[in-house]
Amino acid sequence: MSAPTLRSSGPVAGSEPPTAKRGTALGLRRDTRAGWLMIAPAAVGLILFVVVPFVLAGWLSLHNVRLDSPNPPSWFGLEQYRRVLLDPDFSGEFYRALANNLTFTVVVVPLQTALALALALLLNRALRGMTIFRAFFFVPVVFPMALVAVVWKVIYSRSDLGMLNAVIDAISFGQIGAHDWLGDPRTALLSIIVMSVWQGVGLQMVIILAGLQGLDPNLYEAAALDRAGPWRQFVNVTLPGLRNTLVFVIMTTTILAFRLFDQVYIMTQGGPQQSTTTVMYQAVTTAFGANNVGRAAAITVLFFVLVLVATMLQRRLLREERAVS
Amino acid sequence: MSVPTTTSPVRGMSANRPPSRHKRQFRGAIQKTGAYLLLTVVALIFVAPIGYMLIGSFKPTEQVLGGLGGFVPRDLTLDNYIGMFARFTSDATGQFSDFYSTSLIVSIVVVTGGLLVNSMAAYSLARLRWRGRDNVLLMVVALVILPFEAIAVPLFYLLNDHRNTYYVQFMPFIASAFSIYLFYSFFVGLPKEMEEAARIDGAGPWRTFFLIIVPVSKPVFATVTILSFLTSWGSFLWPVMMVDQPQRRPLPLQIAVFQGQPPTDWGEIFAFGVLMVLPVLIVFLLFQRWFVQSFASSGMKG
Repeated sequence: MSAPTLRSSGPVAGSEPPTAKRGTALGLRRDTRAGWLMIAPAAVGLILFVVVPFVLAGWLSLHNVRLDSPNPPSWFGLEQYRRVLLDPDFSGEFYRALANNLTFTVVVVPLQTALALALALLLNRALRGMTIFRAFFFVPVVFPMALVAVVWKVIYSRSDLGMLNAVIDAISFGQIGAHDWLGDPRTALLSIIVMSVWQGVGLQMVIILAGLQGLDPNLYEAAALDRAGPWRQFVNVTLPGLRNTLVFVIMTTTILAFRLFDQVYIMTQGGPQQSTTTVMYQAVTTAFGANNVGRAAAITVLFFVLVLVATMLQRRLLREERAVS
Repeated sequence: MSVPTTTSPVRGMSANRPPSRHKRQFRGAIQKTGAYLLLTVVALIFVAPIGYMLIGSFKPTEQVLGGLGGFVPRDLTLDNYIGMFARFTSDATGQFSDFYSTSLIVSIVVVTGGLLVNSMAAYSLARLRWRGRDNVLLMVVALVILPFEAIAVPLFYLLNDHRNTYYVQFMPFIASAFSIYLFYSFFVGLPKEMEEAARIDGAGPWRTFFLIIVPVSKPVFATVTILSFLTSWGSFLWPVMMVDQPQRRPLPLQIAVFQGQPPTDWGEIFAFGVLMVLPVLIVFLLFQRWFVQSFASSGMKG
């Protein structure tokens, strides 16, 4: 995505020999027409279904819009934001959702990244059968999240016949009894976290694996000559070489964590006692349960600001890396 | 991460002397066995939930929630599949084929329409010269970071009169800034010589694109196909907002509805789940390398 690639496409008219001039002018005109026609369908789609709704989100958030009301939208100023952020009647739920999103992020990001890195390092050897293991770790990624959530809901079943309870019972020789994983506010979010890591780690793993395979083998040879052991090699060669990959993985996982919705909708509906509600879950229930489109729009605008901050942080971290190297 | 090498018990004896070849081989064998053992254990944990679903779909339903016995393939039967199909026979419930065809129609239109529309747009941005192109490119890049969730509510408000249709489920997802970006990165990296030869022979941008560029761009087309199909096949938030009529429910929405309707029959729900993921799983096993490469390449451009 660098500027030079943009400028260098096609010869510049002035630098051409005179005989080619007519041809270039004709080509340019033909390019312009074809260029517009080729991008038109995608541009129309993006404008209608992304840009317009995005602008509309801002507009709706400044109005009182209800689906069940015959009244047209009325100007509401920043009232929706004030309610979501400051009014004790509504803000409690929002901050609870935000806290859950942050907890989810703070646990999932390091856990999933570390696990993905460990798996990638295990797989990054010239041993037989690595492709098969890679497929095993990756296969949950191709499962729709809705299906994963349903299957894990059964696994987390509170009865002592639930799969997780049965496994724990067997491992602890009956010392630890059945637990209501999704019904207990202390473990509901944790249960969703474990399931999400299981579903998502394979994706991060293959990204890191690709990063590992892009590392220069000469660096390892040099490190080995310096008598650096496996751990020193990992810290001084592998980690710095993977820096950009890891920043990318961490940032995309962070954004995914903010988008958390499907699992919550299917497994817990935000409960028990709001222990699993999330910003997106709240936006949807506000739009549907409460029919309040204006407030739901305000929540999604706040959601977007969060994502934007995370993305800008990523850009900054990556730019610092470029400045150093 | 094999640590044993650093904590060798014979260290004091062989100080300052490189370990003998024999010893190194022995150590290598232990490391290898350890790696395989660890990988096998982790792999088992990873496939356990999938195996549980698959086995459970063939077990008498009262045995599905049966502790560790859930993994034991005993008393296998097709009753869950038969019972599941029997549940969806009326207009009030929707037919199983309704859910499947909804998912198929939506995914096929999103994927094929998206391949055409987004690859053309990317080619226009990467190779054709027209006024305003650089600005349009910047806008597309800016849209890549905008998650669908951020615009779901206003989009639902805009399209509320079109609920329960197929087109409302696929229209918003055909044009995709992310797909354009993937295509763009690939096209920009192609050597220009082939195109220039074609242009000198008098081929216009359209012919150049469809006859020269598309045939050499199979990897990026495969990547976009896989990524957009999986997203579309698993799409959940948008159907939750836009579909309440059973005939128009895609598979992920229907399994969510199904598991919430009493009486809950986990055997039948697992049977539904198996049929829902089976085609994806088969294609994944056949083209595993492509899948992995697709995801890896989508991640490498940060």
